[in-house]
Amino acid sequence: MTATQDPVYVTDALIAEDIDAYLLKHQHKTMLRFITCGSVDDGKSTLIGRLLYDTKMIFEDQLASLEKDSKAVGTQGGDIDFALLVDGLAAEREQGITIDVAYRFFATEKRKFIVADTPGHEQYTRNMVTGASTADLAVILIDARQGVLTQTRRHSYLVQLLGIKNIVLAINKMDLVGYSQERFYEIVKDYSHFAQQIGMESFLPIPISGLKGDNIAARSSGMPWYQGPTLLQHLEEAPVNDARMLDQPFRMAVQWVNRPNLDFRGFAGQIGAGVVRPGDAIRVLPSGKTTTVKSIPTFDGDLDQAIAGQSVTLTFTDEIDCSRGDVIVRADAPCEVADQFEATLVWMDEHAMLPGRPYLLKIGTQTVTATVTEPKYEVNVNTLEHLASRTLGLNAIGVVNISTDRAIPFEAYAVNPDLGGFILIDRMTNATVAAGMIHFALRRSQNIHWQAVDVNREAHAALKTQKPAVVWFTGLSGSGKSTIANLVEKKLHALGKHTFLLDGDNVRHGLNRDLGFTDADRVENIRRVGEVAKLMTDAGLIVLTAFISPFRSERRMVRDLMAEGEFIEVFVNTPLDVAEARDVKGLYKKARSGQLKNFTGIDSPYEAPELAEITVNTVDLSAEEAADRIVAALLAR
Amino acid sequence: MTTTSTAAGISQATLTHLQRLEAESIHIMREVAANAENPVMLYSVGKDSACMLHLAKKAFYPAPPPFPLLHVDTTWKFRAMYDLRDKAARDAGMDLLVHHNPEAMEKGINPFDHGSLHTDMWKTEGLKQALTKWNFDVAFGGARRDEEKSRAKERVFSFRSANHRWDPKNQRPELWKLYNTRKSKGESIRVFPLSNWTELDIWQYIHLEGIEIVPLYFSAPRPTVIRNGLTLMVDDDRFPLEPGETPVMRSIRFRTLGCYPLTGAVESEAKTLPEVIQEMLLTTTSERQGRAIDHDQSASMEKKKQEGYF
Repeated sequence: MTATQDPVYVTDALIAEDIDAYLLKHQHKTMLRFITCGSVDDGKSTLIGRLLYDTKMIFEDQLASLEKDSKAVGTQGGDIDFALLVDGLAAEREQGITIDVAYRFFATEKRKFIVADTPGHEQYTRNMVTGASTADLAVILIDARQGVLTQTRRHSYLVQLLGIKNIVLAINKMDLVGYSQERFYEIVKDYSHFAQQIGMESFLPIPISGLKGDNIAARSSGMPWYQGPTLLQHLEEAPVNDARMLDQPFRMAVQWVNRPNLDFRGFAGQIGAGVVRPGDAIRVLPSGKTTTVKSIPTFDGDLDQAIAGQSVTLTFTDEIDCSRGDVIVRADAPCEVADQFEATLVWMDEHAMLPGRPYLLKIGTQTVTATVTEPKYEVNVNTLEHLASRTLGLNAIGVVNISTDRAIPFEAYAVNPDLGGFILIDRMTNATVAAGMIHFALRRSQNIHWQAVDVNREAHAALKTQKPAVVWFTGLSGSGKSTIANLVEKKLHALGKHTFLLDGDNVRHGLNRDLGFTDADRVENIRRVGEVAKLMTDAGLIVLTAFISPFRSERRMVRDLMAEGEFIEVFVNTPLDVAEARDVKGLYKKARSGQLKNFTGIDSPYEAPELAEITVNTVDLSAEEAADRIVAALLAR
Repeated sequence: MTTTSTAAGISQATLTHLQRLEAESIHIMREVAANAENPVMLYSVGKDSACMLHLAKKAFYPAPPPFPLLHVDTTWKFRAMYDLRDKAARDAGMDLLVHHNPEAMEKGINPFDHGSLHTDMWKTEGLKQALTKWNFDVAFGGARRDEEKSRAKERVFSFRSANHRWDPKNQRPELWKLYNTRKSKGESIRVFPLSNWTELDIWQYIHLEGIEIVPLYFSAPRPTVIRNGLTLMVDDDRFPLEPGETPVMRSIRFRTLGCYPLTGAVESEAKTLPEVIQEMLLTTTSERQGRAIDHDQSASMEKKKQEGYF
């Protein structure tokens, strides 16, 4: 053993001697957030445990329970097993793995530290990306015996992807390679080569032993050849991200409009970049309206200025429209506004991405609806190769185009993570399914404008003296959708209505002949039908559609395309056993025997509507009766 | 702020750790105010609650915080806590809701005779009842990640099922400061704006901001008895003394406040905040040791949380 086992980061003498002086000093501490990356055997938990121990963050009662646990389940032959300090949940203690992101805290005289500790098994990408998203610095661990491995490359790529500029390469377990200088430089040389490939600008290599404490807080006597800083020294000196954002023009996403009475209207948010002072000319995006900052009122009095990282409230000299989701920027240096982007996505959900399906996108303080294209490519995080892919599964990373339902203020992630980082949320499960980083706006989103037409949808509808609508029939195969829709159209036609029936099977012979029956293709099928139906309503028609349309999300997507009240969902409610017994086209038989894959109701789900405008039960009603009811309901609206 | 000069030559600054923590907590509170239908702030009258309430006042200034305070009471808190509770709510201009579990009330559940049932019924059940009764969808809590190992993994926005259970294996990833606040039917959210604060941060902030806290945190001569190694304060006549037991005046204070028969005091001479902080920094045992609740088993807090304890 070369480093002392006792905590070497001794308690500040000021605590005992002059507590007021100590407190004054500690009020000026800064804060650094970092992430440690390493797999199960790299000694990550041991390193964090060591940092806590060396900075005296472990109390006597914790140490006593640690010693007891080390003997019972430790892996260090009765010695203190530092890893046990940080393996939190009971389930993981038994299995000897960490299963999620955990945050640890320690402090030295200069800084407070928050460490994101992420586990090293298959959920790794998702957890590491989460931990890295808030980090100022990353410590990449390498086992000195193993050198640069596939996982080292993966960690480095992810750290680079999340835009972390400060990277420490901690070459661990130096005690197990005889503190060899040659081995250290060999690994550094290997890594430099790789770092260059991924465009990493710089990194700091430090030879350490987490277990023995070498070059963590105390300089190692076993490695006199190493002259650089210890890990803790470097953590105390490294710059934080807020400092980088200070030099950029002012940006603040509006979180909350504060209106306690008629005399006060304040716009609250956390400053993402730059500085703001009363008298500054600002612009509200996306509207582009300009005004001047009147004051920065706080609980402790008005401020002369506020800087990146602070949560503040601003008042303006003019009453202009500004609400949650808007971004306040310096008037002469606004950010871009667009509705189509190229972005990198990290998929975090067990259900794969469905191109074309609408997801919620949260960026800054606003949430919009967004659709994602098929990936341009997927990145193999181990080899960094670009792969062709039609979707992204759990932990996959790919580059996609994204379009949002309205224009949003943004900046490239590399410039401003606050206005360039986003999450995607599934509208049905509400799960966070992906993290994304904007590269740039697509040129076409700025260049394709809506062509204003003189004979508009109102004019089309007026000539036909009817109210356009989409009557959307959904139900299992064999439920009677097409039969009933056909009857409804005949009846409407007889009443002098201008109608058109889009039938599932027919559309698949033409417009959608290139699509199959995977979940992704089903989504695209419905998207196209929705767009066609929308054009037809613009032409003033009453459109009837008969598609299984098994997913709520897609029916919702079409509903959102239409004007309020123009989407009428008709649920043709036929139980599976009844539909299967009818089996008009013999498809159920094929599906049951395995000849037909992805058949709704058999090996692909049907999500029944929760709030259909009209529901018809075909067990009790004949097709004719069902059609009469629907026509009556349509005429009543 | 630590003043530095930037390339632009303007005198600017880097935020200190407390300013960064404050800004983060305020951001979290405003996200809740903007998204929740019916939020509430759980208020336990302890130092963490005091800090959280202070941050809420700052977050929505000049308006009062747009939610009420909720105290899930056990009737066994220190008397000094009830005094400060009512005053703090009044000063903040917020409504104070107090809930007592009627069943625990009726059965006379108390910490002397009923052991862990006391916490289960008054606190765990009481909290569930209160959230259901007023139909709150989001509740702020003052928990910190440094308190206990299972807390270290909990999200800032922590979802509970319709029966208030926590599933540690099925938590949403939290990236940047983009909190996904959408909840499914029946779900509720516990939000912890102090997640990244440590005990020392809390004390420093209270000191710096001059936040009023319960006097029990400061040392004074108080009537005490010692039981099972815990120094307990005899706060009122309900404390059943054992034969031969007489309260002894000792100079004590509390590092953490709960039900007085369950909260162990430390002998201390610390009468001011700096002295309290000094003692804390020189101390050698962790904060929760003074609470009887954690001692049962090493994973007891995690189990309690899964069952719905805050």
